[in-house]
Amino acid sequence: MTALGLFNYWAVIFLMMVGFYTLIARGNLVKKIIGLNIFQTSVFILYITMGKIAGGTAPIFVKGGEDVIYSNPIPHVLILTAIVVGVATSAVGLSLVIRIKEAFGTIEEDEIQDESL
Amino acid sequence: MTHHLPVLLVVVPLVAAPIAALLNRPRLSWGVAVAATLWALYAALELLSQTMATGAIHYELGGWAAPYGIEYVVDPANAWVVVIVALIGALVTPYARKSVEQEITEDRIPLFYAAFILCLTGLLGIAVTGDVFNVFVFLEISSLSAYALIALGNDRRALTASFQYLIMGSVGATFIVIGIGLMYVMTGTLNMADLADRLPEVASSRTIPVAFTFLTVGITLKLALFPLHLWLPNAYTYAPSAVTAFIASTATKVAVYLLLRFFFTIFGATFSFDVMQLDRILMPLALIAIVTMSLVAIYQENVKRLLAYSSVAQIGYMVLGISFASVLGLTAGILHLFNHALMKGALFMSMGCVMYRVGSVRLEQMNGLGRAMPWTMAAFVVGGLSLIGVPLTVGFVSKWYLVQAALEQGMWPVAGVVLLGSLLALMYVWKVVEVAYFREVDPELGISEAPLSLLAPTWVLVLGNLYFGINASDSVGVATRAAEMLLGVL
Repeated sequence: MTALGLFNYWAVIFLMMVGFYTLIARGNLVKKIIGLNIFQTSVFILYITMGKIAGGTAPIFVKGGEDVIYSNPIPHVLILTAIVVGVATSAVGLSLVIRIKEAFGTIEEDEIQDESL
Repeated sequence: MTHHLPVLLVVVPLVAAPIAALLNRPRLSWGVAVAATLWALYAALELLSQTMATGAIHYELGGWAAPYGIEYVVDPANAWVVVIVALIGALVTPYARKSVEQEITEDRIPLFYAAFILCLTGLLGIAVTGDVFNVFVFLEISSLSAYALIALGNDRRALTASFQYLIMGSVGATFIVIGIGLMYVMTGTLNMADLADRLPEVASSRTIPVAFTFLTVGITLKLALFPLHLWLPNAYTYAPSAVTAFIASTATKVAVYLLLRFFFTIFGATFSFDVMQLDRILMPLALIAIVTMSLVAIYQENVKRLLAYSSVAQIGYMVLGISFASVLGLTAGILHLFNHALMKGALFMSMGCVMYRVGSVRLEQMNGLGRAMPWTMAAFVVGGLSLIGVPLTVGFVSKWYLVQAALEQGMWPVAGVVLLGSLLALMYVWKVVEVAYFREVDPELGISEAPLSLLAPTWVLVLGNLYFGINASDSVGVATRAAEMLLGVL
């Protein structure tokens, strides 16, 4: 496969690094959650890409079509679960941010650290 | 009925959690939690005795045959972990009633129990499932509820501790998903037994080592192996007492089990340790964890934080046992998994008693507690002795096997580090004992002994420490069988 043929995988790696960097480097807690989301999204794309088969069609049984190629539906189903988990994680994370804002008056990591001392 | 035990073990608590939330009365929700945890304990013990008698139990969810359907597999290794989790759950719930009433506002108590049962569900689920994607789902169930539980702590720093855990925990879980996805791409299966069959064919590809690496980092993050332990001290320190006692003795243990399952059952000891040479990274990290984290523990003024750092060091012992990749080493690791749950459960519960009466677990406020709260501090002392590894306690049994495993491979320095760790443990345990027993209590504070509902579960664990320390044949027997099964010598 050519480098261009692996376009989706390049996108996955790019998004993964963008998300991971944001997660580590940003001090703003909401931005951290955004980074986490981008990071998780890259994994969604990884799974969805691996289920696709060149020339494959939707995995619905076609009568008399023994030579029809189907895409693999299982990664898609799996990632549907992971998307739900990701939404739940974001929800818990954002609600924590709200309570941190109430308790500390800020959502900047360094200011919270000064407050905690 | 008994045929469906593996799935009922998980489904009953899963259904109980929303019921506890909907009832919305502290006492009723607590009752639901007691019922759910007792059920889990019954099912766990039943499963353990069945697997010890007849071998592994395979249960096909919804009747879909493996490897296409999700399969639950109970063998000696995970039956053991299930019993540990269920036992701690069943002891923490009666303990939680009074402790939680004091530490959490009343309107949040039903939600606390709902999250607590969910966390238990997740941990039990990770242990019984035979499907790698199912592992991820249960991992997230337990983690998300654990974040909520930790955030319920009184101190506002509980919120930041929980947030930090959420970020690191989610990264770890996502790494695990990446690893699972890469394994699926190469083998087309998610069933653990099926993966174990198919992986050797493709093990020489580049994808499988990458999958292996992602899984290693993800799982070691979840089990807080040094240097990925940063989320743990704050989370344990600021969480409500009952939550700390529960999570400290179960969550990291289940992660250690996952490590065993992935590296021995799925990848196989040959691939993990001969090809990937996992021991070369696990052993140094484990040794560093034992020494540095024990040293850090000595300088702590907050006893819960002290015990948290000690936990990271103790995880080092478990990982060290695993890194030997021998029957004796694995036995020591699995044995310590159980023994550490007993001792840390007892220690954190006794600190919960102190929190209940004194309102703080900082050393300067524990002067003379040995006289004011004799039973509580006696529990702490026995737990502490166990942590050090004094004979007649469980700590001694696991250290004994660990040292033997090191000597079996001729690793004298490693055995030395294990003993050094005991010495350091002596120092941080003594620090608490000195304050509690050799300083004058302030009589104006009028501190009295903790109520029975807190002391009784604590002492059950303390007596467990002594019982399994004196009569170790049961726990060693199960651990040896689990180790032999994981290494495939049986």
